[in-house]
Amino acid sequence: MTQYGFYIDSSKCTGCKTCQLACKDYKDLDVEVNYRRIYEYAGGSWQADGDTWQPSIFSYYLSIACNHCAAPPCVSVCPSGAMHKRSEDGLVVVDTDVCIGCKSCAMACPYGAPQYSSRKGYMTKCDGCYERVAEGLKPVCVESCPLRALDFAPIEELRERYGTLAEIAPLPTALLTGPNIVIKPNRNARPVGDTTGFLANPKEV
Amino acid sequence: MANESSNSLFHQAFNPAVSRRDVLKTGSAGTLALVAGSIPLPFISSEAAAQGASVAASEERVVWSACTVNCGSRCPLRMHVRNGEITWVETDNTGLDEYGKHQVRACLRGRSMRRRVYNPDRLKYPMKRVGARGEGKFARISWDEAYQLLTDNLKRIIAEYGNEAVYLNYGTGTLGGTVTKSWPPASSLVARLMNLCGGYLNHYGDYSTAQIAAGLNYTYGGWAAGNSVSDIANTRLLVMFGNNPAETRMSGGGIVYHLEEARQRSDARMIIIDPRYNDTASGREDEWLPIRPGTDAALAAGLAHVLISEDLVDQPFLDRYCVGYDERTLPEGAPANGHYKAYILGDGPDGIAKTPEWASRITGIPARRIVQLAREIGSTKPCCIVQGWGPQRHANGELISRAIAMLAILTGNVGIPGGNSGARESGYAIPFERFPTLENPIDTSISMFTWTDAIIRGPEMTATRDGVRGKEKLDVPIKFIWNYASNCLVNQHSEINRTHEILADENLCEMIVVIDNHMTSSARYADLLLPDLTTSEQMDFAMDANAGNMNYLIFADQVIEPLFECKSIYEMCSEIAARMGVGEAFTEGRTQEEWLRFLLAQNRRRDPNLPDFEAFREMGIYKRQDPDGHFVAYRDFRRDPEANPLTTPSGKIEIYSAALARIAAEWELEEGDVIDPLPIHVSAFEGWDAPERVQYPLQLIGFHCKSRTHSTYGNVAVLKAAVRQEVWINPIDAQARGIANGDSVEIFNDRGRIHIAANVTPRILPGVVALSQGAWYTPNHHGTDLAGSINVLTTQRPSPLAKGNPSHTNLVDVHKA
Repeated sequence: MTQYGFYIDSSKCTGCKTCQLACKDYKDLDVEVNYRRIYEYAGGSWQADGDTWQPSIFSYYLSIACNHCAAPPCVSVCPSGAMHKRSEDGLVVVDTDVCIGCKSCAMACPYGAPQYSSRKGYMTKCDGCYERVAEGLKPVCVESCPLRALDFAPIEELRERYGTLAEIAPLPTALLTGPNIVIKPNRNARPVGDTTGFLANPKEV
Repeated sequence: MANESSNSLFHQAFNPAVSRRDVLKTGSAGTLALVAGSIPLPFISSEAAAQGASVAASEERVVWSACTVNCGSRCPLRMHVRNGEITWVETDNTGLDEYGKHQVRACLRGRSMRRRVYNPDRLKYPMKRVGARGEGKFARISWDEAYQLLTDNLKRIIAEYGNEAVYLNYGTGTLGGTVTKSWPPASSLVARLMNLCGGYLNHYGDYSTAQIAAGLNYTYGGWAAGNSVSDIANTRLLVMFGNNPAETRMSGGGIVYHLEEARQRSDARMIIIDPRYNDTASGREDEWLPIRPGTDAALAAGLAHVLISEDLVDQPFLDRYCVGYDERTLPEGAPANGHYKAYILGDGPDGIAKTPEWASRITGIPARRIVQLAREIGSTKPCCIVQGWGPQRHANGELISRAIAMLAILTGNVGIPGGNSGARESGYAIPFERFPTLENPIDTSISMFTWTDAIIRGPEMTATRDGVRGKEKLDVPIKFIWNYASNCLVNQHSEINRTHEILADENLCEMIVVIDNHMTSSARYADLLLPDLTTSEQMDFAMDANAGNMNYLIFADQVIEPLFECKSIYEMCSEIAARMGVGEAFTEGRTQEEWLRFLLAQNRRRDPNLPDFEAFREMGIYKRQDPDGHFVAYRDFRRDPEANPLTTPSGKIEIYSAALARIAAEWELEEGDVIDPLPIHVSAFEGWDAPERVQYPLQLIGFHCKSRTHSTYGNVAVLKAAVRQEVWINPIDAQARGIANGDSVEIFNDRGRIHIAANVTPRILPGVVALSQGAWYTPNHHGTDLAGSINVLTTQRPSPLAKGNPSHTNLVDVHKA
C-alpha cells in the first residue's frame, strides 16, 4: 500500500481559507461542515512604557483536513464498519451507504475531521479526493492554494523532502493516531501542549 | 449558527417584498434535493429546469470565466457546467506553475462564485419602489415599463435642471471587464450612454486612494507609481507602511504570492508597520511595529530626524532630483526656513525638532526602535519603502502619504531596482484599448466623496471650499443618480445614517436607478431596480490585475444562460439609448460579442502577439511577462532627469510644493484642517489626540475582510461563516470593559451604533479597535446595525485637500451589548 498524506507549510500560510472554500465548493458542503479547517493560534502580551507600547505577541495559521492516520480511531470506534482505511492509498473514507450517523467517529477523532451532515444524514469527511488522486491529480485544496503552502503525495516522499514534524499547537500529539502529515512550522509556532497561546478562531473551525 | 440567524435577519430586513419562498419556487425539485439544507439554495435557469432530467447524462463542460471584483487582483475561473448549471468552480490550472509563468489561482471568494451567482438575493426582474425610499418595498414591473420610467425621468430632469444634475455614482462591483466595467464610471457604458445624451456631473478620486492620489500628485506629478512587487527580489530591506497584501490582494497570481516568491529570492528583511498584527506578517515579518492610526507622518518625521542628524541622507540625490529639501533647492517665494530639513530639525515655524522621542509619544512606538529602524533604512541599499492605502485613508491622509514617501526620497531609493518611490506597488500591464465611452461635454467634477452634499447643497459648493473642479461652483444639485454595480449609495459611503436621511427625502434626489446583481443595502434605496447579469452569464474580456511582472488577459466566456429576466448592461444601455434617440450611435450596430471581436481585432493591429478571438477563447488566459524584467517607477527620470522630467511644475520631486502653498493660502478650510507645502505631521479631527477622545476613547479603523471584496460576496453564507464579522479589541481594552472573547458588544459614537461579536485578540494595539469594512448594513428597528457595517460609525467630513473619505479616522467606545 502507498500511504498518501498532506504537507502543510505553516510558514507560508496566510490563513486565507481558499483551501477550505475550494473544498466546500467542490464537495458542495453545507455551511457548518468544513473538511478543511484553518486554525489560528495566537497569544502573548503587551507592556506599556510611558506613552508607548511594546508587544510580545504571536499568531500563526495551520490548515488541517483529515490526516488519514496510521491508527485512525474513527475507524476503530465505528460500529458499522462504514469508516474504513482504503488499502490502495491509505485514505480514510466513509462508506455513506453503510454509515448510520452515530457520530462515534467525530467523538473519537482528536482533529475534528469527521463531521455529521444534517442534510445528508450521515458522517462526512475529507476523503483525500481519492478519485482525483487516482487520475493523477492532487486534492482540490492543494491545487487551490494561492501561497502554494499545501502538497499531497506518498507520505514517505513528503517525509524525505520535508522531515517528520506532524504536531504543533494547537494539534494533539502525533503519538495518539499517527497522522500522515508533515508540517513545516511557522516561525511563531509553539509546541504541542503549549499553554502560552489559545485557539483564536474557535467558531470558524 | 450565528451566521445563519444573521443571514435570516438580513433577508427579513432587505427582502420583505421578495421572500425566500419566492426564490425557492423557481428551483426544480431535483435542484432542491441536491442542495437543500442551510446553505443558500442555488436555483437553476428556467431553460435548464425545463430540460430537467431529460439531459441528466449531459456531458460536463468547462468554461473560462473570471472574478471581476475590486480587490486589485483579477482571477480566472474555470466553471464546470452540467445541464446548464455551474456545478463547481476551478481556477487557472494551466502550465507547470513555475513562478514567472505561474497559475493565477483564485482566492476563497472566486472559488465561491457559484454561490454568488445562485444566490437567494439575486435581483430577478425589474422592480420599482412602492414604499418609502429605503424601506425596501418594490413591485415587479416589465422591462418596457422600467425603460419608460427611467427615460421619462431622465428627460424630465435634464430638461428641468440640465445634465449637471445627473450623477454616475462611484462603483466597483464589476472591475476589469471590458463591456461590463463599472469603474471608473467614466469608462462604463452608462457614461457612453450619458455622453450621447448631453453628459453628466463628473467625479474625481476614489474611496480607496483619495488622499494618496491627491497628496503624491504634488510630490511626483500625477498618480504616483511604485516598483513592481516582483522587484522585491532585488531589495535588501522591505518596509511596509500599512501594506497588507495577504488581506487585500490575495490572488495566487497577485501581490501576496509575488511578495513571498520575491522575498525568497532576495531574503530581504521585512518590517511591517500596522496597528494590527496582520496576515502578511503572521510569522513572516522580521519586525512588526504597531502604530497609532493616523500618526505615520510623525513616525516618518522621527525617522527623518535620525537620517538627517546621522548623515544618512542621499544629499546628491536630494540636490539633483528634488525641490525643497534644504535651502539649496527651496523654491523662490517660499519662506526662509520653509524647507523640509528645517521642519525636521526644529528650525521651521513650529520650532519643534521631530526627534524620535517626539515621534514616539505620538506614534506609540518606543524611541529606540525608531532610531534602529532609521539606521537600518539609512544603511541598507537598496531599500524598498512601500505604503498601502490604509495610512492615507485618514483625515490627515494627504500629508501622511507624502511623509512616508519622504523616506524613499531622503535615502535616494527612487527610480532604482530594489528601491521604490514610497508609493504602493505598480506592475506590468498588457496594453489593451477598451470600449470607447466618448467625451463628456461637461467638465464640472466633484470629489466622489461629496455627492451626498451635492444632493442637499449643490449650488453652495465651490472650488475653494468643496473642491469643485472645472467650475467655480456647482449650479444645480444632484437630481438623478445612476448607481451601477455599486454599494456606495449606502453601504460603502461614510456615515450611513446621514446618507439615509438625505436619500429618504424624495424631493432632493428625484430619481435613483440601481443596476446590480443582488438586493444590496444600496439597492434598497432605488426608485428603479434593474437586474444585471453576473460575469458568468455573459461574454467579456477581464483584465486590470495588479500582478507584478506577469500580466494577463482573461476570456470570460458566457458560462450559463441569463437567469430570470436579468439583462446585460450592454443590452440595457442599448435600449435606453434607443429610447433617448441615440440608439445607433450607442451600439454602432454591434452586439456585445461583436464589440468584443471588434475591440480585440483593433488591439491586435497594434499588438500582433495577442491571440485571435478563437484562440483566446480556447486558452482562457493569456499571460505575458514584463519584457523589461520588473517595472521600476521613475527609472527614466533617475537616469536623466533633464530629459525625462516629472509632470510636477518643477519637473522634479517636490518635497516643498509651491502649488500646495498657494492652495493652502486660497482655500477655505474647516477649523483644524491643514494643507501644507511640506509633508508635515498634523493632528486630525477625531485623531488619537483629539479632545473627543475623552468621550470616545478608542480609535476605530477598518480593514479588508478576507471573505469579501469590500461588500461584494458579503451575502455568501459559506464565506460569512469562514471569516466571522467581529470587532478586534485588545485584551487590555476588553478587560477594562468586562468583555470576553465572543461577547456581543455595542460599538458606538454620535453617528451610530453597531452590535457585533468581540474578537478579543492580542493582535491589535491597545486603544484601537478594528472592524473589517463591507458587511451588509442590517439595521434593527432602533436603527442599530447588526451586521457590523463600519460606515454606521464613519464621518462624511472630508479630508482637507482631496475631499476624500477619512474612513480610518474615527473615535468610538465599546461596551457589552
